[in-house]
Order: sequence, then C-alpha cells, then structure tokens
Amino acid sequence: MMGASTVLPVIIFLPLVGAAAIALIAPSRSTVLKPVAVATSAATGALTLWLMAAFDANDSGFQFTQLTEWVGSAGISWHVGVDGISLFLVVLTGVLFPLAIVACDPPHDAKAYYVWLLVLETGCLGVFLALDLVLFFLFFEVVLIPMYFLIGSWGHANRKYAATKFFLFTMLGSALMLVGMLALVILTAQQTGEAVTFNLLELAEDAGALPTITARWIFLSFALAFAVKVPMFPVHTWLPDAHTEAPTAGSVILAGVMLKLGTYGLVRFGLYLFPEATRYFAPLMFTLGVIGILYGAVVATMQRDLKRLVAYSSVAHLGFIVLGIFALNTEGLEGGLLQMVNHGLSTGALFLLVGFIYDRRHTRQISELIGLQKAAPVLAAVFTVVMLSSVGLPGLNGFVGEFLILTGAFVAHRWWAVVAAAGVIFAALYLLWAYQRVFHGTPDDANRSMPDLTWQEKLVMAPLVGLIVFLGVYPKPVIERMEPAVNALIEHIEQVEGFESPTVGDRPEGSFEELRTLKAHHGDEEEGH
Amino acid sequence: MLSVFAQVDIPDIQWLPLIPHMVMAGSAVVLLTIVSLAGQRLPDWFPSAWTVATGLAVLATAIPVWLRLGDELLSLSDFSTAAGAIGVDRFSVFVNMLLACTVVLTALIADGFLRREKLDSPAFYVLLMLSAAGGMTMASANNLIVLFLGLEILSLAVYVLVAMHLRRAESQEAGIKYFVLGAFASAFLLYGIALIYGATGSVNLADMGEGLSGFFTTPEAALSSESGLPSLADSGVDEGLFYAGMAMLLVGFGFKVAAVPFHAWTPDVYQGAPSPVVSYMAAGVKAAGFAALLRVFVGGFARVTEDWRPAVFGLAVASLAVGSVLAIVQTDVKRVLAYSSISHAGFILVGVQAAFAEGSRSVMFYLAAYAAMAIGSFAVVTVVSDPGDEGTTIENLRGLAARRPVLAGAFTVLLLSQAGIPFTVGFWAKFEVLSAAIDARSYWLAVIAMLAAVVAAFLYLRIVVSMYLESPDPDAPRLRIPPGPAVAIGIVVLFTVAFGVYPEPLTDLAKHAVPIIVSVGS
Repeated sequence: MMGASTVLPVIIFLPLVGAAAIALIAPSRSTVLKPVAVATSAATGALTLWLMAAFDANDSGFQFTQLTEWVGSAGISWHVGVDGISLFLVVLTGVLFPLAIVACDPPHDAKAYYVWLLVLETGCLGVFLALDLVLFFLFFEVVLIPMYFLIGSWGHANRKYAATKFFLFTMLGSALMLVGMLALVILTAQQTGEAVTFNLLELAEDAGALPTITARWIFLSFALAFAVKVPMFPVHTWLPDAHTEAPTAGSVILAGVMLKLGTYGLVRFGLYLFPEATRYFAPLMFTLGVIGILYGAVVATMQRDLKRLVAYSSVAHLGFIVLGIFALNTEGLEGGLLQMVNHGLSTGALFLLVGFIYDRRHTRQISELIGLQKAAPVLAAVFTVVMLSSVGLPGLNGFVGEFLILTGAFVAHRWWAVVAAAGVIFAALYLLWAYQRVFHGTPDDANRSMPDLTWQEKLVMAPLVGLIVFLGVYPKPVIERMEPAVNALIEHIEQVEGFESPTVGDRPEGSFEELRTLKAHHGDEEEGH
Repeated sequence: MLSVFAQVDIPDIQWLPLIPHMVMAGSAVVLLTIVSLAGQRLPDWFPSAWTVATGLAVLATAIPVWLRLGDELLSLSDFSTAAGAIGVDRFSVFVNMLLACTVVLTALIADGFLRREKLDSPAFYVLLMLSAAGGMTMASANNLIVLFLGLEILSLAVYVLVAMHLRRAESQEAGIKYFVLGAFASAFLLYGIALIYGATGSVNLADMGEGLSGFFTTPEAALSSESGLPSLADSGVDEGLFYAGMAMLLVGFGFKVAAVPFHAWTPDVYQGAPSPVVSYMAAGVKAAGFAALLRVFVGGFARVTEDWRPAVFGLAVASLAVGSVLAIVQTDVKRVLAYSSISHAGFILVGVQAAFAEGSRSVMFYLAAYAAMAIGSFAVVTVVSDPGDEGTTIENLRGLAARRPVLAGAFTVLLLSQAGIPFTVGFWAKFEVLSAAIDARSYWLAVIAMLAAVVAAFLYLRIVVSMYLESPDPDAPRLRIPPGPAVAIGIVVLFTVAFGVYPEPLTDLAKHAVPIIVSVGS
C-alpha cells in the first residue's frame, strides 16, 4: 500500500514514465507500443478510482497533499492536493485517457502519438492537482505542446492552421495570466509584509489584501486566460477549428478534459483568490455564458459537418457551466462542476462516435450520411443515448447538471436563467435534427454496407454509456463528495467579501417591484430626451 | 617630458581577479605564436581544442575569485583593482564565466564548420579569444576609458570574424556594414564618455560626483540616499552635459546589444556572417554589451535611475515590437533568429529598466539562458546549412524530424525555450524579468513584453511546423553532424532542460551577481 501523501505525484507522473518507456522501445517492436500506452493510462485511471474511493467525503479541505520546496528563493513549491472540486475532474481524466487510447489507432508514427498522449495526460492531471500558482501555470501551459503536435501531426486536412491557431490563442491568454500572477504574488507580499509565496492556500487567506481596483485588474488577466481555454464567447474561435481538425483521440481529450482546465481555473483561482472581483465581474461572466449558450446552439444548428456541430455544441455546454459557476451559490456551482464531468463524458463519447463514423465512411458531411441506423443499429443506439445525455434528457447525466445550474441561476439572476433554458431547447433541436438526418431514412449505396461497432469499440463505449446512465439516475456519490468543498468555497467568498450568496428562499433580484422601479426610471430618462 | 613619466604612480594591483582576463588574452597570443612556429605539423583539431581548454581554464581561474568575494571580511578596497579602473565583484565574474562558456561552445561549433568551408585557420580562434577578453574587460570596467578599450577589442575582433568567409560576398558585405555602423556607434560612445567627463570631471564610475554611483538594492534605498545628498548640480555635476553624455552612451550600448532603433545592422550581419560567429555574437557580444550597460547605468548612474529609465523603457518596447513582428515575415532562419535576438534584447531591457538588485539579477539570468538558447539554435543552423554557408532558409529545414529526429528534437527544445514554454530555462528567464518589472511597478511593460512573446512564439512555431509537419525533400543529402557541434548542442539542451526543471542553482548564482561600484578613495 502506498503512502497517502505520495499517491498524487504517482498519479501525475505515471503517464510520463509510460511516455518515456514508449520513447525507448525499439522501432522493430512497434506492436508493444499500444499495450504499454494502454497499460500505463489504465493504471493511472485505476489509481484515480482508488483516490475517489479513499477520498473522505466529509472533509472540505485538500486531501492527500504533498508540499516540498522547489524554487525556494522565488517562493515556489511543489504543492499538490485534491478536494471535492478537483476530484472528479481527475477521475474523468483518468477514465477518458485509456478509453481514447484504446479506441483510436494512429495512422502513422504510433510511437510519437502515444508519447504525446501520455505527456498530455500528465499535464492535465498536474493542472487539476497543483496547489501552487507557478506549478499550475507550468502544467497549464505545457499541455499546449502535446496537443499542438497531436493536432498538427495526426489531424485532418487543415491541421497546420488549426494547430497554430490553437497554440497562439491559448498562449495569448496565459501570457497575460503570468503577468497577473506575478503582480498578485508580489503585491500581496508587499501588502502583508511576508515573504513572496505562490502557495494557493496562503494567497487565498490573504485574498482581500490587495486594493480593490488592483485585484479586479489581476482577476481580468486570469479570467482572460481561462476564458480562452473554456472557451467563452467571443474568444472561442479556435475551438471549432482545433476540434474538427484534431484526430479523434485529440478531440475527445480536448473536449473532455482540456476545456475543463479553463472552467476549473475559474473556480479554483478566480473565485478562490478574487472573491470581490468575482462578484464584481459576475454579471459580465454569466452574460457571456448565456451568449455562448445561444450562439453555440444557433451556430451548431447551421453546421454541415457533424464534427463541427459537436464542437459548437461544446461552446453552448460550456456556457452553461460558466453560468452555473458565476451564479455563486451552492446549486449553481455544484451543477457547474457536475456538468464539467457530464460534458466530458457525453461530448467525449460523441467525438468517439463521430470518429467511428469517419473511419468507416471517410466523411463527416451530414449530407453524405443517411440511414445509418439500418446499417449499424448498435452504433445508432449508443449514439441515441449519448445524444440524449447531451440534450439533457431526465434520467441521463446531462439533466442533473443542467437542472442544478438553472436552479442556481434562477435564484441568482432569474431572467438569464430563463434565456439559458431556451438553450436547452435549441440543443434538442440541433442534435435531434442531426440525428434524424444521419441515422434515419433509407441508406444509399455508400451507407448501406457500413459495418457496425467492433467489439473493441463496444468495449470503449460501454463504460461511457454506463456512467452516463448511472450519473443520471444516482448522482449522489458525486454530489456528496463535492458539496463540502463547494460550501467551503461559498463560505470563503462570503467571509472575505461580506456578500451573501443568493440562495433558494431569498427574494431574487429582478423582482416585480424592482423591475417596476427600473422601468419607471427608464421612462424618466426617455422623457428627458 | 621625463618629469611627466616620473610622476606616474604604479598603483597596487591585486592580481587574482585579473588572472581570468590574462588567461583569455594571453592564450590567444600564445596560440598565434605556436601555430606560426609549428605551421602544418599540428593536427587539424589543435586550435579548436586549445580554445576549449582556454575557456575551461578561464572558468577554473574565475571560481576562486567568485568564492573569495563571498567572504564577509572583505574591505571596500577589495572590490576594485588597478587604481579603481577594474571592478572586482561577482557581477563581473559571472559575465566572465558566461563569456568563457560561449567561447568553449563556439569553438566546438566552429571546428567542423571551418573545415567544411575550407577556412581552417587559427585566426578564427585567436580573434574569438581576443574578442572575449575584450568583453570580459567591458564587464569589469569601472572606468569609462577602460570600458571603451574593452569594447573596441571586442568589436574589432568581431568585425574581422564577420568577414571571415573569404569566398562569400555576403560575409564581406556584412563585415563592412558591421564595421561602418559599429565604428559610428563607438564614436557616439566615446563622445558620450567625453561629455560625461566634462560634466563630472572624472571617467571613473565611482568618483563621478557625490553619490551618483553606488548600488542600491531597492528603490526605497535609492530615494532615501538621494534625499540625504545634494542635487546633481550642487555636487558639481553639469547636468546638461551629463544627460547628453548619458544619452550618447545609451546609443553606443544600444548598438552593441541590437536594441531598436539601433538594430538595423542585425539581420544583414547575422545572415551574412559565418554561422558560428553569429552564435558568438548573439550570446557573447550581447552579454558583454548588456553587462557594460548594467554596470554603467544600473551601477554607475544608480542615483539618476529615474532619469534614464524612460529611455530604456522606450528602447525595450521598440525592440520587443519590431523584433517580434518583423521576424514573422522572414524566410531565412538566420534572419528569423536575428529578429528574435532583437526581441530578446527587448526582454532583457525590461529587466534593465527594472534596475536595482532585482533587475540586475534577472538580466544575468536571462543572459545565461539566452546564451544557451542562441548558441544551440545557431549551432543547429550551422549543421543543417549547405556547404558555402548557404541554404539556411526555413524551406531547408523541411521534414528535418524525419531525417534527423534527435537534431530536430533538440532544435525544438531550444525554440520552445526561446518562446518561454514551461520546463525550459527560457520560461524562468521570462519569469525573472517579469518579476523584476512588476517589482518596479512597470506593469504595462510586462504586459507588452508578454504580448510580444506570443507574437514571437508564432515564428518559432513556423520553424517547428516546417521540421515536423512537412515532408522532407527526397533529394536532400544525408546530413552529417560533426562531433563538435553535436557535443555543443547536447550541452545547451541539457542546460535548457535541467535548469528548466530546477532553476534554483542558476537563480542563486544570478542573485549574487550584482555590480558593486565603490570608490577606493584617492
């Protein structure tokens, strides 16, 4: 049995060790590449599951922490830990990687492909587990490299453009975050008179030490970096290109795990370190979230390329998550966190299915696909379940998350929740319409002979479908592990700020009296003209 | 006349700190003598090996000086020698060691190159060592005349090195260009020195006016020191002359470090000069130029920091913008790296602008990191270039990953380090400089620097795209990598990654490398 405090470094570095091992395998023994990659990522996944089982659900703080000085002179330490907020993202990463590796074989250069995927896994796990700002930033930024090569080397026709755009967009965001991070740390140290430290927990204790305006500027620099990664409207334009051009495994990881780096960053660093600025900018953030929901939905409806459609649906789903987070209450935040996991499962599965179709038909154009249900009934059935989860059908996981988000948002900002709910309807529209065009009807010659899922592909889809149903029926194990950490975070925001989180039972803002006064005021202004 | 000579005092000289300088310069002369006497009987590799040995000897002799300076019992007079003309501090030792390392690495790269180009003559190595000796003098000079001497020794040797490729017109052209513009910049520098002498009555940084120099660890210390001192005019400094002189010095140094708007020579000279010379110019000459700039401005003119800071701010912004943006449209790798070196100069100027101990240490760190990245990058260019030093376009790197995976991997690490990607030393270099800038409350400069870094990342990516994502030319000849460059590239990549993962030893060295300028009293 390994010691509790060393399990996180093992989880983070096991994929890296696997990558190194693969790099050293002789070219003549290329058949063992995939088994090694699968074994390493599966072992990592198993460790994350063990972590979930061993996690103390009643503890709101960080568990399994490890703290060692790293660059002492600059106040940087190796500091990792897991709490209810990061736990399920770690598990999601641990589960999605082996599935993505099993599901898709690279057409060429298998060795480099597996090396980059495993390096990427280390980077993603590092981001979720880091409790030191610099450590977080290092992992956050380093994931660009493997993703860049995955898109660039194994992607589709327009891959070079997509890879470069992805890299530069994300780097632009994080470049400013580095300045903000240094400003936060150095100015906080000057205010408190203590030594410079990048330790997240110590900085969170001093949250509020900075002058309000300074903290708001720094929050913006963080928010921009995360907004690009999420991606939030209007900095989402890299996403459709990157997702569409990436190889299937790349799309799965990009949508399933990497988009969560942004939303996770908003929760962990935005809300935790800048309670006042979060509150100040919350209207802006959830407005952008709502715009993302509608915009993503409308644009997804228009797509002719099935993969691009799924990509734009991510923009809409991530809009929901942002809305939930910035509702700043327990329901919204929990819903947002839960939806991160749900989106990872359902969109990851959708990308896998689109990839399976592409492997068989070598096209992703909706107009060229028809009647696949007859040719491949199992694929169609799996697609139905996954799609309905993405739509938010009750009984599947997407519903639980969206319901919580809308509840939280409704309490906090009623009208935004109303508009966002329209996004749910749009989601049903574009996904069902796409499903209808692709799977229904009579297959033409090209589509008639399409083979159904292989046993290997079924094996990959089984756990995803299982989780989708399980979390839809019984989300309690997840929610009860999240709740203490979420409540602690809300309390932290209230404590520092003296702000009361809008909860069910409070009279929400935008009540009729307020609305009437607003209208009256507005009318006065108009008369004045 | 005789009576004049009789009046010359021979000052007390502590020799220990001067040994590295003497080894470097002396070894060049000895090499020249040996080769002239022994002629053809020496093996091909001899001059290169001699140069490497010299560099290592300089490193070895510098270590005792470094250690001695850690002794707390030193008196003020231990911090300079030769009547206050040469400063003895860890700052100069750090730069000396850095220059010695660039000499070693350049000699390793040059070995195969010179033989391939049939240019093998010991002159290259002699000039290289002489130039480095000049740079070492620049970094240590507390006296502006000595500084000028060092700068001229450094520059004259490099003018010849640039024009070294006898059968290549571009090399000759680059030599002329660099010489004419360089001479012009030297004139500016010399005139600036004259003006400052006129204003202060001294060429010694320590004696220029009460409290003008010195080293303040924080802005607060500088302010409190200033409040206790008479104003510049009251302490007998002619302000008009002084500021004019300071501006001229900045022009002179700006030329050496290739800061915009004094950068116009850089792309042409980098493209024309033999590749190993470029690696020395990017790493060594730039380091020496910045060392002198730091010594004079951050150390010597510490009290008027607030006056020169805006000018350096302007240079930094211009260099960052021009370097990053113009690099994008280049097609030749050497030109791309030339513009990127301008952009890096801008980054280093951000550290200079921060001034004081923070700024100084960040510049030292950046210089060491950049030296490694630049030498490695130009070493790769040297290796992949066609005979005749041609074929250095980005096209030529197409599909390098398929032809030479290890070389392509090494180049990628170096390029990513230049882009400031985590787990490379380049990231920590940017980290240090930005910390210093934010500590000095130059937030906007930090933001501009990072925006420029993103633009610059695009051009490094272009090279990576060419190496990895494009298929190789099937007719491309098999690439031979001589052992010298292979070793050099190996060393710098190891340096880049090792200090990228654990930068503490290097930050620790840089932390102690701050210029100390104290008057010995007359």
